[in-house]
Amino acid sequence: MRYVSARDAGLVACGTCGRLSRAVKTLEKARCPRCGAVLHQRKVDSLARTWALLIAAAILYIPANLLPMMQTRSLLGNSSDTIMSGVIYFWTSGEYDLAIVVFTASILVPMLKLIALSLLCFTAQRGTGWKPHQRTKLYHMIEFIGRWSMLDVFVVALMVALVNIQSLAVIQAGPGIVAFGAVVVLTMLASMQFDPRLIWDQIRDDDTEQDDHD
Amino acid sequence: MDTLPPEDDVTNLIACPNCDTLHRRTDVPPHETARCVRCHSVLYRAPDLRLSRVLALTLTCLIVFAIANAFPIVEIEVQGIYTETTLVGAAWALYREGMWLVALLVFATTVLFPLSQLLALVHLITPLSLGRRPYAVFHVMRAIEFCRPWGMIEVFMLGVLVSLVKLSAMASVLPGVALWAFGALTMLLALVLSYDLRNLWIVIDRTPDPDAARATPSRAVKR
Repeated sequence: MRYVSARDAGLVACGTCGRLSRAVKTLEKARCPRCGAVLHQRKVDSLARTWALLIAAAILYIPANLLPMMQTRSLLGNSSDTIMSGVIYFWTSGEYDLAIVVFTASILVPMLKLIALSLLCFTAQRGTGWKPHQRTKLYHMIEFIGRWSMLDVFVVALMVALVNIQSLAVIQAGPGIVAFGAVVVLTMLASMQFDPRLIWDQIRDDDTEQDDHD
Repeated sequence: MDTLPPEDDVTNLIACPNCDTLHRRTDVPPHETARCVRCHSVLYRAPDLRLSRVLALTLTCLIVFAIANAFPIVEIEVQGIYTETTLVGAAWALYREGMWLVALLVFATTVLFPLSQLLALVHLITPLSLGRRPYAVFHVMRAIEFCRPWGMIEVFMLGVLVSLVKLSAMASVLPGVALWAFGALTMLLALVLSYDLRNLWIVIDRTPDPDAARATPSRAVKR
């Protein structure tokens, strides 16, 4: 079976309301007749923007993991916690389920997002027809799980607000939290910039009809 | 492409947002979903136009949201010293330490975006259920789409639970009113957000635009 894309049919779908309109070349920007949003056949500079945001996130991923997230000053002395030491603390104190939750949300998810989005960008750029269904699913998964990485930022905010007893213990936010928050925001922006239609654009479902198409 | 559909047929077609494959719209039975034949993503669902139900849920959310923000989430006690915090208090604590960027992030994802989204929904659904077009309807629809991924109340809820366990090692922890409110808000928001905004586009299309009839005939002609 051959599928006809909106672009092949000379149509363009509105990114806001989904209404289709005829793609016309004009000097001004074409606008959706229903909602007035500017029409684009594909997200503008999708791959370049996704790569840029991904590279920035990958660079910040290093200080996010190495710099302390929290600094505790108490009667028993000072200590700083990175993300990993927080996970280890939960694990050694027997809270295995929480250790797994924090490890997944703060370390695994950002790393998987970076790897998966790079994979999606790379394959879309090369125009491979490799497993488009799985790649689309992977993209949906990234969009769904990305937000959960904010977990550690919220935990630090609450700990800083609550543990502020001058004579006993004070928790302060460490510089790692800024880098970590930036990683979460940048990877979310990156996945928003990626256009899943790029996965399918190069794919001809029936190879025999490939020649008469382009 | 073999045949281009005639101009008036364009509104009966839909392009899959994930692979751009063209489909002809057909009616789907209630509670069923039309999926893309090529990449199997959801194209649209049977229209659910019970606006009053969504409006009621949204207003409930706003009330619970107010409670969740007005009262302390947790109170801890260490050797007779009590400290407590609200949600805004947590963001404020970060701001006080010079982490204003992170404070802004926490405030935006837990207060600003969820609240704007709820208010925008009320702004849209109240006039629409009375058969009138809301003010700046397309801008507000775009704003809702923009806010959606950045509202993180449910992630914050998990963050509260993780902090409770962390704190229970060093202090006695007393859950506050807002903790229960946040629990309820998480579930209510999930219900509100599960409402497909594509339904609102259907209602907006059916609602006459007074401006189009009065001032700009060009828009009416284009349709």
